Amino acid sequence: MSERIKPEGIKKVRQQPSQNEDLLFEISSPGKAGYQLPPLDVPSVDPKAVLGAGNSRDAIDDFPEVSEVDVIRHFTRLSTWNYAIDLGLYPLGSCTMKYNPRINEAAARVDGMAWPHPYQPDALSQGAMEVMAELERCLNAITGMDAVTLQPAAGAHGEFAGILLIRAYLESRGNPRKKILIPDSAHGTNPATAHMAGYKVENIASNARGMVDTEILAKAVDDDVAALMVTNPNTLGVFEEHIADVAKILHDKGALLYMDGANMNALVGISRPGDFGVDVMHLNLHKTFSTPHGGGGPGGGPVAVKKILEPFLPAPRLKKVGDKWEWNYDLPSAVGRVRAFYGNFGVLVRALAYIMAHGGDGLKRATLDAVLNANYLRKRLEKHYQIAYNEPSMHECVFSDDIQKKLGADTGNIAKRLIDYGFHPYTVSFPLIVHGALMIEPTETESKRELDLFADALISISLEIEENVEFVKQAPHSTRTSKVDEVGAARKPIVRWRR
Amino acid sequence: MYPDNYRYTKEHEWVHVEEGAGTVGITDHAQHELGDIVFVELPKLGAMVEQGKQFAVVESVKAASDIYAPVSGEVIAINDALTNAPETLNSDPHVAGWIAKIKLSTPAEIDRLLTPSDYQTYLGAE
Amino acid sequence: MLDTIGVSSLEDLVAHLPAAVRYNDRLPIPDGKSEYEIMDYFLKLGETNAGLQASFLGAGVYRHYRPVMVDTIVSRGEFLTSYTPYQAEMAQGTLTAIFEFQTMVCQLTGMDVANASMYDASTAVPEAAMMAMRATGRSSVLVARSVHPEYREVLGTYAKFQGMPVQEFSFHAESGQVDFDDLAKKITSDTAAVIVQSPNFFGIVENVKQAAALAHEKGALLVVIFSEAVAMGIVEPPRDADIVAGELQSFAISPSYGGPFAGIIACKEKFIRQIPGRLVGEAKDKDGRRAFCLTLATREQHIRREKATSNICTNQALIALMATVFMSVYGKEGLRELATQNLSKAHYLSAKLKKRFTGPFFNEFVADVGAKDVAEMNRALEAKKIIGGLPLARFYPELKTGVLLCCTEMTKREDMDTVAGVMA
Repeated sequence: MSERIKPEGIKKVRQQPSQNEDLLFEISSPGKAGYQLPPLDVPSVDPKAVLGAGNSRDAIDDFPEVSEVDVIRHFTRLSTWNYAIDLGLYPLGSCTMKYNPRINEAAARVDGMAWPHPYQPDALSQGAMEVMAELERCLNAITGMDAVTLQPAAGAHGEFAGILLIRAYLESRGNPRKKILIPDSAHGTNPATAHMAGYKVENIASNARGMVDTEILAKAVDDDVAALMVTNPNTLGVFEEHIADVAKILHDKGALLYMDGANMNALVGISRPGDFGVDVMHLNLHKTFSTPHGGGGPGGGPVAVKKILEPFLPAPRLKKVGDKWEWNYDLPSAVGRVRAFYGNFGVLVRALAYIMAHGGDGLKRATLDAVLNANYLRKRLEKHYQIAYNEPSMHECVFSDDIQKKLGADTGNIAKRLIDYGFHPYTVSFPLIVHGALMIEPTETESKRELDLFADALISISLEIEENVEFVKQAPHSTRTSKVDEVGAARKPIVRWRR
Repeated sequence: MYPDNYRYTKEHEWVHVEEGAGTVGITDHAQHELGDIVFVELPKLGAMVEQGKQFAVVESVKAASDIYAPVSGEVIAINDALTNAPETLNSDPHVAGWIAKIKLSTPAEIDRLLTPSDYQTYLGAE
Repeated sequence: MLDTIGVSSLEDLVAHLPAAVRYNDRLPIPDGKSEYEIMDYFLKLGETNAGLQASFLGAGVYRHYRPVMVDTIVSRGEFLTSYTPYQAEMAQGTLTAIFEFQTMVCQLTGMDVANASMYDASTAVPEAAMMAMRATGRSSVLVARSVHPEYREVLGTYAKFQGMPVQEFSFHAESGQVDFDDLAKKITSDTAAVIVQSPNFFGIVENVKQAAALAHEKGALLVVIFSEAVAMGIVEPPRDADIVAGELQSFAISPSYGGPFAGIIACKEKFIRQIPGRLVGEAKDKDGRRAFCLTLATREQHIRREKATSNICTNQALIALMATVFMSVYGKEGLRELATQNLSKAHYLSAKLKKRFTGPFFNEFVADVGAKDVAEMNRALEAKKIIGGLPLARFYPELKTGVLLCCTEMTKREDMDTVAGVMA
C-alpha cells in the first residue's frame, strides 16, 4: 500500500497525557513519608556521640518528602511519556531492540539469585556458579570460541577488556605494538576504547561495497598493528564476505582480529565468529540476548576468546574441583580486573533464561526471522528510499536520504515525523560512511502486521515530503514536548533542580 | 564575505596577521557546517602551538571539532567572551568570533596558506 | 513475506554467506524449555545459594530492605523495555527520572553536578581519576590502602594504559583512618588526585577536611569514594571533595552475587565538562515548557570517538531508577532513620567484641579475634545458618586476625547475640 495515510488512519499513536508533572522536589511537603521501618530491637545510639559532632549530618537539604501515593502516581505518570518495546517496534539499527521476556525478570528475582553476596563462601554459592558456568558454555557454543569472561558490565566495557587481552598476549610475545585499525563504519565505542587501552587509532576506509577493503588493509597491516576491530555483519547490515581473508592478512603479520559482537543477532546458529578467524570478541547481552534496556542500562558485555588468549582472561575464573565449583584466583597471566566481583550476575541470569527458552533450534530460528524481517522491510521501502549499498542485507538495512534531500527534508526530519505515526525513530545519521543514513533493524520480535504499519508510515512520509515538506520538517506534532532546545541545554547546562 | 587581508586553511580556519601576530578563528563555512555552537575550549595563554596541530575545540550539539592552528607561535591573547557567548562564533565568525592571537614564530608559514580566492575556489570544489 | 522479498525459503536469505563460514550443525543447547521448566531450574539452583540467610557480610555489597514499590515501578514496561533517551520527545519519563536522580545524588553527596550513573563504584574510581587528570593536566594518582581492594585493582587495570602512575598510601594501625603523614610525604606537584574512601573499607569515617586541605595545598584534587550509600543519611557528606564517586547498590538494588549495580560520579560545578557518561539537562521546548534532554554529549564516545572522555555507552538507567524510587520512598527523614538504625545495630554488636580500630564507624567494623581460628568460627556460624563476616587475611595480610562485620536494619538482635557468643 503506497499512499499517504490520513491522520485518522494512523493506527498506532498513543496520545500522551498533557499534564505537566512536577518534580519530586516540587511535590514534596515536610512531614510526608512513604516508608515505615520496624522498631529497633537494640538501643538507639546518638549519632553525634558515636561519630563525632563534625562527622554527623544535620539534614539532607531539600531531599524530597513524599507519600507512597505520591511516589506511585509520579512515576506512573512519568512512565506514560516513554516509548518502549512493550508499546511497539524500535527500528534502531545495531541496537537489536527485541522483546524482553518476562520470564527473565521472574528468574532474576528468585531469592537464591537475587540475594547472594559475592563474598559468601563458594560452598554456599554453587547455584550461582552453575548459572555462570552454563552461560559460559552456551556462549562458547554460539560463538565457536574456547573461553569466556562474564566480568564486563556492558559492550564498551567488554571491548576494553578484549583489547587488554590482545595487548597482554602480544606483550607475552615480546611486543604489544602500537596501533589498532578501525573501519570508518565502526561504532564510536571502538576508537574510544582503543584509545583508553593505550593504542593509537588508524581508520581504514571501506570499499565501494561498504566492506573492509582487503587491499587497503593489506597495505595498512604492518608490525605496529596489534589488531583490527571489525563488526560482522558490519554497520550496514552486510556480511563481510572476505572476513576469512581479513583474518589471514592480520594473522600473517602476527596481529589479531577483534570482533564487535553488536550484530550477533544475524549470526547465532548460522555462522560462528570462531570459525571465520576471530580471536576475541564481545557480546551484548542487552542486544542479542534480550536482557532489558531499562532506559539505558544495565547491560552485559561478556568477552569470548580463542585458546591462545585464555591464560590472560581476568581473574577469578570458575574451576570445577571434584563436583564443586570454585573461584580460581591462581592465574599468573591474567590481565587485571575490569570491575569488582564477578559480573552483572542479574543480567547473566536473564540471558541464560532467554537461551534456555529458545533452545538451539529456537536461537537459529530467531536469527533467520530477524534476517527475514529486515529484508521484508527493505523490499517494501526500496522504491521510496535510496538503499545505501546494493548488497544483501542481513538483520538490518541502511538507506540514505538522497531522494528526500532533493526535496528539502533530511533523515532527521523523517525520523521526527515517524514519531507522529507512533514509532520510535530508526538510527539517524549512522554509520558515518552513508550520508544522511536511515539505519533500520526490526529484530525477529516483529510480526508482519507491525512491519507493514512501519513501512506504510515511512512510505506515507515520503509522499508527504513531496506534498508538504515544511509540515514534515516541523514534526513531531503529536507529542507532549517538541523541539527540545538542545542548544540552550548545552550552552547553559542545568543538570539538577535547585530551590 | 571572506576578508581580503585574511589567509585561510583547508580545515576552515582564518588568520589575520598584523605586526608579527596573527588573530585566528574559524570561517563562515565552518560555523555553518557545525551548526549552533555551544562551547569553545580555548587554548591556554602562553601555550606554544604548531601550524596544522590541534589547539582548540569547538562544540556544537552534534559534533565536537578540533581547530588546527593556522600558524605556529605563542598564544598571547584568548577571546574569553566566547566562554559565555559561544554563539558569537556563529553570528560573527570573522571578527567578534576570534579565538586567539598568536605571536608568529615562523612568519614564512603564511605563504603556505590560501588566499581568499583560493579558499573560495576550494569551497566551490568541495 | 518470502514472496514479497522474492525468495522461496528462509535459507535463501543467508545463502550468500561463503560456505566456509556457515555453521551447519545444531547448536549444542537443549531444546527450548517452557516457563515452568525455566523457573524450576533457577529455583532449584537458588536453593544451593544461601539467599536470605542471616549474613554479616558488607565489604562493598550491602543487605537492605527493598521497598515493594521499587519493583512495582521498574517493572512497568515503559521503564523496563525502553531505550536510551536519545530521542527526547519519546523519553521524557526516563529523562525526568534521571534528572531527579542526578539532583538527589548531588543533595546526598554535597556536590553540584552528578551524572546519570556509571556501571558501578569500582569502574567509577578510575573514571574519577581520569577526570582529575584531565582537569589538572597532571598524571599521577595517590590512593589510600583503605579504599576497597577490588576498586584499587580496577584502578590499576585502567591506570596502566593511561600513563597514570598509581601509588598507595597507608592507614594508621590504631585508628584505621588515613595516615596523613604518609600522604604528605607522597604528594608531589604531579599528583592529579588523592583518592580516599569514607566510610572506608573497614567502615571507618575519614577526616575528609584534612585530606582536602593536604591535596589542595599541592594543587591536587580530592576524590572521595563511598560504597555504603546509606551512610550519607547520617554521616556528613564530603563537601570538601572535588569529585565524589560511589556505589548506590544499598538503595534497593539486590546484591545479586555482585551485579548489576549503579555507580555514580559527582563533582563541583567547575568540572562539569570533564565528567564522563550521560548527563540529563533541563531545557525548554518550542512552547516554552520545561523538558529534559541528554546534554553535553559531545564529550561522549558516539561523537568524539577516540577523543572521548571515556568509552562508556551504557549507564545503569533501570538500576538508577530503583535507587531513585528508594530515595523517594524513604525521603529526607526516612534515610536518616534508616541510617540511625544501621548505626545502632552495628554499635550494639561491636560493644560485645574486641574492635581492631579506634576510629568512628558507621555500620561496619573490624573485630579482632586474636588467636582464634577465623575459618572455624565462620563454620560454627554457618551451622547455625548465619554467614559470618569477611576474614581480612584475604586482602590485608597484616590484619589476619581481623574480621569485617556489617550490621544493617535487617540484622536481628538474636543473630548478633549468636555471633557475639561465637566470636568474643
